[in-house]
Amino acid sequence: MPRVRLPIGPQHPALKEPENFMITLDGEQVVDVDIRIGYTHRGIEKLMESRTYIQNLYLVERICGICSYAHVVNFSQNVEEVLGLTIPPRASYLRTLVLELERLHSHFLWLGVAGHEIGFDTLFMYTWEDREVVQDLLEDISGNRVNYAYNTIGGVRRDLGEEQKKRVLDGMDYLEKRATFYKEVAVNEKTILSRAEGVGILKPEVGKRLAAVGPTIRASGVAVDIRKEDPYASYGDVSFDVITTDSCDVLGRVVVRVLEIFECIKIIRQLMEKLPAGDLVVKAPRKVPEGEAMSHTEAPRGEDFHYLHANGTDKPDRYKVRTPTMANLPAVVEMLKGTFLADVPIIVAAIDPCMGCMDRVLLLKDEEKPGERISWDQLRVYANTWYANRGWLG
Amino acid sequence: MLNRLVKWARIKSPWILHMNCGSCNGCDIEILAALIPRLDAERFGVLLKGSPRQADVMICTGPVTKQMTERLRRVYDQMPDPKFVVVVGQCGCSGGIYTGAYGVEGGVDKIIPVDAYIPGCPPRPEAIADGLIKLLAKIEKGGSP
Repeated sequence: MPRVRLPIGPQHPALKEPENFMITLDGEQVVDVDIRIGYTHRGIEKLMESRTYIQNLYLVERICGICSYAHVVNFSQNVEEVLGLTIPPRASYLRTLVLELERLHSHFLWLGVAGHEIGFDTLFMYTWEDREVVQDLLEDISGNRVNYAYNTIGGVRRDLGEEQKKRVLDGMDYLEKRATFYKEVAVNEKTILSRAEGVGILKPEVGKRLAAVGPTIRASGVAVDIRKEDPYASYGDVSFDVITTDSCDVLGRVVVRVLEIFECIKIIRQLMEKLPAGDLVVKAPRKVPEGEAMSHTEAPRGEDFHYLHANGTDKPDRYKVRTPTMANLPAVVEMLKGTFLADVPIIVAAIDPCMGCMDRVLLLKDEEKPGERISWDQLRVYANTWYANRGWLG
Repeated sequence: MLNRLVKWARIKSPWILHMNCGSCNGCDIEILAALIPRLDAERFGVLLKGSPRQADVMICTGPVTKQMTERLRRVYDQMPDPKFVVVVGQCGCSGGIYTGAYGVEGGVDKIIPVDAYIPGCPPRPEAIADGLIKLLAKIEKGGSP
């Protein structure tokens, strides 16, 4: 049978965001996939260089509307590192609280989207209704439902009262009940099992080679979690488990996310119990001295990496973002090969793609005269010396 | 008589197409949040559709990126007449926080005609449902473009 090349996207019923997948088909089977990205590229990194650090807080938040807080925490941590500030413990706890609430809402959201992609819209309506509980809590704490504007450089902008604390704990009780129900559904419901079991296989060695991150690689049995490996904010003070499964398929990714909901609830309860009293913010100067910083957090989708180079003015010299979806896309190509066309939407959705935050473009201005090229080994040496100079390598 | 019937049908079942022109996803999840049981925009006959050929109302989010400009125009042309465009979010209204970025055209109304604007970053689901109802009221009054 002749091979068919089938374009999916940028505007397509199965995709929520504009991306193009050029799929080569042999009958019903996917032979090869070519992903073309860049449709939602706005140029935020460059735009940041023309805005002050305070303005950038709000711009960074809008890199992504779902894991917005992970980005802001990264940005604040970078600026605080260059400034040499230590934020008060209460602020650090509150940041962790909002980070975990964000993970909760994101995982509920994803569960619904996954249900929608396999034609199980009832699950979508159920989980999104429960997600509203988290949204109400976030609105209660920060004043906003989506882009919270909760952080400032040197701390957080709002305090948490006793009443709010109680509402958070009540919300956790309700969500725990609901999550127990979803756990039952995820492992027993035939609608999910028949669409998710054995679909989109990612072997651990392949995942490691392609540098997949977050729940995608944890579902392949690799325990990678920045919260555990390089604790930021107040993750060092709380105990939780890194969830992994060995099934390597879409079902594994469902199970990892549902079980992570329980870990989130566990963390939030500990935070509420230990929440120290004290200041919310330390004063930060407008101008940031020359220096560079790197920060990574475990966003709901995986490792989110930010790099800042400051030049002594009130605007950054260079800012670099690498989001988890960017890291997971090469793995998607591997997952799609050999599967059926009908499974493409759920496999793509299984990494919880957020194209809005990862889109980038590359312009080759002068192909005759390529710039300086650096080999893989040279890059490794460079990275290792860079880390060693900062005392981060043992 | 037939005209009145067509108008009645149009108001009772506005099928919507969601078009992401480079948004950060904040507005997109709030649009979906307007469809869930809490607000239940479906009681106004609103149904999310994947194809522009079946849609009456196009909901646009995000500042229009350079890559999406041509595609937005093409999708708009594919929709059958009469068609309506609703812009959700501040950046779709004017470019918002992304004004000045090299990849952004800024504002959906620079590319295609717009019937309703719902500002906010992102607007609450209630505001989105309200905006849709206002659009329906406009159509009922005979504001057909």
